[in-house]
Amino acid sequence: MSIKQWLLSSTFAFACFVSPAAIAGPIDNYSPVTSARLENPEPGNWMLYRRTYDGQGYSPLDQINTTNVKDLVPVWTFATGVVEGHEAPPIVNNGVMFVTTPAGQVIALNAKTGDQYWRYKRELPDDLFQLHPTNRGVGLWQDKLYLATTDDHLVALDAKTGKVIWDKKVQDYKKGQYLTLMPLIVDGKVIVGGSGGEFGVRGYVVAFDAEDGKELWRTFTIPSEGEPGHETWSGDDWKSGGGSAWMTGTYDKDTKTIYWGVGNASPWPGGLHPGDNLYTSSVIALDPATGKIKAHHQYHQNDSWDWDEVDAPMLVDLQRDGRSFKSLIHPGRDAIFWVLERTPDRINYVAGWNFVHTDVWKGIEAESGRPIVDPEHKPTLGKRVEFCPSLWGGKDWPSAAYSQKTGMVYVPANENFCGGFTGEKLPLVPGQLWLGTKAEDIGLSVRPGADHFGELQAWDPATGKKAWSHNFAKSQLFGSVTATAGDLVFAGGTNDRMFRAFHAKTGDVLWEQKTNSGVMAMPVAYEVDGTEYVAVQSGWGVDAQRIQDALSKDNVGVEDNVPQGGVVWVFAVKK
Amino acid sequence: MRPQKADLLVFSEGDREGEVIRPDDLKTGAAPLRAWPKDPASAVVRDGSRLNELLLVRLDPGEFDDDTRPRAAEGIVAYSAICTHAGCPVTAWVKATSGDNEVLKCMCHNSEYDPRHAAQVVSGPAPRRLAGLPLAIDDGSLVVAATFIGKVGAQQG
Repeated sequence: MSIKQWLLSSTFAFACFVSPAAIAGPIDNYSPVTSARLENPEPGNWMLYRRTYDGQGYSPLDQINTTNVKDLVPVWTFATGVVEGHEAPPIVNNGVMFVTTPAGQVIALNAKTGDQYWRYKRELPDDLFQLHPTNRGVGLWQDKLYLATTDDHLVALDAKTGKVIWDKKVQDYKKGQYLTLMPLIVDGKVIVGGSGGEFGVRGYVVAFDAEDGKELWRTFTIPSEGEPGHETWSGDDWKSGGGSAWMTGTYDKDTKTIYWGVGNASPWPGGLHPGDNLYTSSVIALDPATGKIKAHHQYHQNDSWDWDEVDAPMLVDLQRDGRSFKSLIHPGRDAIFWVLERTPDRINYVAGWNFVHTDVWKGIEAESGRPIVDPEHKPTLGKRVEFCPSLWGGKDWPSAAYSQKTGMVYVPANENFCGGFTGEKLPLVPGQLWLGTKAEDIGLSVRPGADHFGELQAWDPATGKKAWSHNFAKSQLFGSVTATAGDLVFAGGTNDRMFRAFHAKTGDVLWEQKTNSGVMAMPVAYEVDGTEYVAVQSGWGVDAQRIQDALSKDNVGVEDNVPQGGVVWVFAVKK
Repeated sequence: MRPQKADLLVFSEGDREGEVIRPDDLKTGAAPLRAWPKDPASAVVRDGSRLNELLLVRLDPGEFDDDTRPRAAEGIVAYSAICTHAGCPVTAWVKATSGDNEVLKCMCHNSEYDPRHAAQVVSGPAPRRLAGLPLAIDDGSLVVAATFIGKVGAQQG
């Protein structure tokens, strides 16, 4: 080999060697995110929490389908280096992936290769306490990203570099206020809602200008004196009545209406806040321009079970009972599968049925949709009350999905769990749990004879019939579900660390992969250079872990040994 | 500023908030008292950061291990009230998940600490024990004998 040849070959080798590292740094050719792109996202992208504003969690990609999903293999993985619950969907915009982790990190990756562009790490205050150490993703607008943090700030980052552009305090973390959701982006506004329903907060939804972070409006989920709905409260209960709003809303782009889910009343026992307690455990319809509440529907009144109804309803065009209408679909934490009708200025009850066992409801009033409560199973003061399902409900925050191909709603449900506690009037100490019971008194029990816990259910919202369910004998199901046009439903959520693909029509498990940890995050499907990928974070923690802790004490053969630590997994069909 | 040697301890909550805590205020085996340190010279209560909040509990000194015994005063031990897992306040005094002893418990994520053994973690996700604060009795008052042993607060990030 001549000197020249050697130089050439070594230059070639060097170039090959450094090519992955050369990717690190600013993202070239980043695709700005506009209203038009968010309203009609390209099939290969996942830029909103549930991909589309309607919250369906459905990808039109079908390259991965029921015939080839058995050949799905990991193409790359990426360790986040973070523990606790990884709940965020990998957000994908034309080949760039943004992943968030607990403790407020954002990682920008090449969605095809898994190479890192940049990483942002939130420096959290040393006196911060985190009841829910997690994050559910970044919102996208133009060339910026928006991260909501557990120290209750909203941070705008440069999508290309990860550099902070602005940083706004939203509320005071020292009072138990925090943020975990993926911001909703609508028409250049960044919209978030606060957590803190266990700390005696008064919940709110707030919008900021995406460009400069200026606060545009803030709507409290509990009306103050003089506002409609205030009459559903007694005395000063409304000031600390809960109604946190900690999940991303859905959006009807035609009527310009945001649908936002509202959390539990606080403290838990209803006797401590008599009245219906609007707008706790409700969906509210908001005008994105002003924050004005245009309409609402309260799923259940005087919440006493910690049944947040924060998971925003899906927007589905439905045919039912011989007519077509624009529906809102919400499998509730309160164990009722809700079908509502949305009009520009109203939300009407259409139908509701129990999708898991409950002893709390005796029925639903036909006209109003108010569930009829059995007082024997409504927590009260000074007496231990048991109720089913548990505090975590029939379905907690993990999202259901709707397939436009099958017309089915896929629900990550939990069956055979019950709970109980003794209500007690306790003083509110800012920054300490304020539950209206001693925290150590809270229980999760298993119904006698239970042969399973988690259930992935497929419901036809047009008929109210269950098409199939897949039961998990030894595990809860605590993870979001995503459907694709390949007639597949992807979900993790179980304590055996599996990530699975189900046949959307039959419920058969067509493929599964054991991962590093438990998968409680939302799967996504995306496409780069003509190849479809499925991605999900594996990283167990928060309430999946809490249920595991409780189950391990219930002598049902479940151990508290699911390992923690986050990894992004990306799969494609083996060629 | 964190608690300093010779600081007094005062109630951080309840009807007697701000009053100096005396050894007789603590009953053996009873639920912990929550306290702030107080600079005796300036009379400033060091309550500017929740990382200064303390749990005081009185136990039978015979139950203490070798690390704990020298820090105790008349069976009273003091620990940081901040859970080392996610930084929540440690609020409960309950029977341990394993065993019959009562332990300090954080109700956010169920970490349990044994005050007889320098607050070592006996259950839950906490990565390390609560920081300990050595105590002494000075002229009948409970005082801080030295600065914290161990790191206060959670490992964030």
